[in-house]
Amino acid sequence: MALAKITSVSGRGVYVPGNDIDTDRIIPARFMKCVVFDGLGEFLFYDVRHTPEGVPTGHPIDKPEHKGATILLSGANFGCGSSREHAPQAIHKAGFRAVIAENFAEIFFGNSTTLGIPCVQAAREDIAKIAAAIERNPALEITVDVAAREVRFGGEKIVITQRESARDALVNGRWDAIGDLIDGLPAVQTTAARLPYMAVA
Amino acid sequence: MFAQPKSLFEKVWDAHAVRTLANGQTQLLIGTHLIHEVTSPQAFGMLRDLGLKVAFPHRTFATVDHIVPTNELVEPYKDNLAQAMMDELRKNCAQFGVTFFDRASGKQGIVHIVGPEQGITQPGTTIACGDSHTSTHGAFGAIAFGIGTSQVRDVLATQTMALGALKVRRIEVNGKLRPGVYAKDVILHIIRLTGVNGGTGFAYEYAGSTFDAFTMEERMTVCNMSIEGGARVGYVNPDETTFAYLKGRPYSPTGAAWDDAVARWRSFASDAGCRYDDVMVIDAADIAPSVTWGINPGQGISINENIPSPETATSEDDRAGIIEALEYMKLPAGKPIKGVKINVAFLGSCTNGRLSDFQEVAKYIQGRKVAPGVRAIAVPGSQIVALQCEKLGLDKILAEAGFEWRAAGCSMCLAMNPDKLIGDELCASSSNRNFKGRQGSITGRTVLMSPVMVAAAAVTGVVSDAREIFAVSNN
Repeated sequence: MALAKITSVSGRGVYVPGNDIDTDRIIPARFMKCVVFDGLGEFLFYDVRHTPEGVPTGHPIDKPEHKGATILLSGANFGCGSSREHAPQAIHKAGFRAVIAENFAEIFFGNSTTLGIPCVQAAREDIAKIAAAIERNPALEITVDVAAREVRFGGEKIVITQRESARDALVNGRWDAIGDLIDGLPAVQTTAARLPYMAVA
Repeated sequence: MFAQPKSLFEKVWDAHAVRTLANGQTQLLIGTHLIHEVTSPQAFGMLRDLGLKVAFPHRTFATVDHIVPTNELVEPYKDNLAQAMMDELRKNCAQFGVTFFDRASGKQGIVHIVGPEQGITQPGTTIACGDSHTSTHGAFGAIAFGIGTSQVRDVLATQTMALGALKVRRIEVNGKLRPGVYAKDVILHIIRLTGVNGGTGFAYEYAGSTFDAFTMEERMTVCNMSIEGGARVGYVNPDETTFAYLKGRPYSPTGAAWDDAVARWRSFASDAGCRYDDVMVIDAADIAPSVTWGINPGQGISINENIPSPETATSEDDRAGIIEALEYMKLPAGKPIKGVKINVAFLGSCTNGRLSDFQEVAKYIQGRKVAPGVRAIAVPGSQIVALQCEKLGLDKILAEAGFEWRAAGCSMCLAMNPDKLIGDELCASSSNRNFKGRQGSITGRTVLMSPVMVAAAAVTGVVSDAREIFAVSNN
């Protein structure tokens, strides 16, 4: 199956400030009682978006001017904690197609890349610059150019970084490794045969 | 010819590297795959969609832990979503030929407790599980990765995944821990030093005389929380303690194969003089009983310190973090953490739900009573741990003190089952995460600590220094 080459993502952005936003906050555990990922989008950041009584708190992603945003911006160590893929799944199903943050927690980063969601790092000042531009004009078109390692918005341009293996996988349409891994199965058998604990007891 | 000295991480990686993929990542063989009900159903669904089989069904082991009720043993469970997940896992294991440690097997429990106690977790191996606390298995000198569901699919379908190598940081702790200081305090101390993202991109090699003297259960407690400091992998080099633990376990080799295995396992230990990307050295005497005061595991202090205040912040980020945490935790800035009222005491989890944890608590809580108004539960990490405790009468000691003795599972660590905080209850917890809402109430508050500190908080009704409440003499 051919995967899309994700060279860039364009759309409106929404800034969710904060460092160390963990995956429990991105998708609370009670919403993981499911056997499919469908429907997770509406529970993205649920407990921050609602009071304990269920009243909306006016979270950035709920603001009318940010409806339809496809680029999520946040702070440092985004996605820390639990390895739940439900977190990037919820982000994707809520309509986001790229995340810009100061940096990402390891497992979240890998999970997102495998779903074809570019996670790109930008300097704090640059994220603040984009956030300010969104604040001035929520309809502003932002382009995360994965291939060119830059984000463009309103005539401005900032530099982004991304682990090269992820960038390569996205722009060349091999972000979901399953096809490659299956191609390697004969070699897997060879490696397994060298390891005594892999033998059938 | 001398071979270049290598770390355990490099040796295990090299032994399991299948080939290099086009994007530069390695196709890495995952020898042992552990699965549970929460992160596997979608992976099996993808397998069905793609028409694939499980490549090495004898190397995948399943158990059920996150959603199991701990006070309800008979199915169907009242929570039909939980029952649906149980049914799905049972169906998937049957269809794809995977061993399932179901509740009826007597071997069910938290996946990170089941693997070691069955002898499935072995040195020099690679392990993956759709759970970030998979790093626990590193205590045996395995390289163990927490993974997402798409990677669970990858491992089911190919017994491999695509990964880039990690850097290795050696964290050496030397000396004897002071009385009342436990493995939990060691890892809370480490995370406090590194912060919650200081370990990103690293595998941790825990070493030094403190780790040499640790039991396997203590090593597991430390490796378990590596991810809380950002490190996906944490391990201890295998030694005689490791081999003694594994001898005679159901999945351990026997006879001549045992001797071969031990020789092989030993060969994976890091070579003297190997290169590390970073080294941290800690004096065991500097570690005190620790508790968290905030909303991530890096926000910890020793029990006799004051809760930080925004004025003491070391940076603008730190300041914002303190303000946000104090507001959520409803704790007074600059005041002692000792004496903060608790509502719930939780003993259990993959961090501290093993026999030695309950033994240590029972030793001190015998003859004491949980303070009025405190809800206290003790949840063994596995059915086998439960049985071991019950044989020793620990369940009775805990029950007499006022702890409810429950059935095995993850329970209130993440509250995917009925064990939850209510409203803004504050929980003295032996678990691993104090994130907002983690224990099942969106305003619930968690203070992480060692099991004995949980016991001290339970009997006094406030966050306490166990050394003052009990005559603590663990070492």
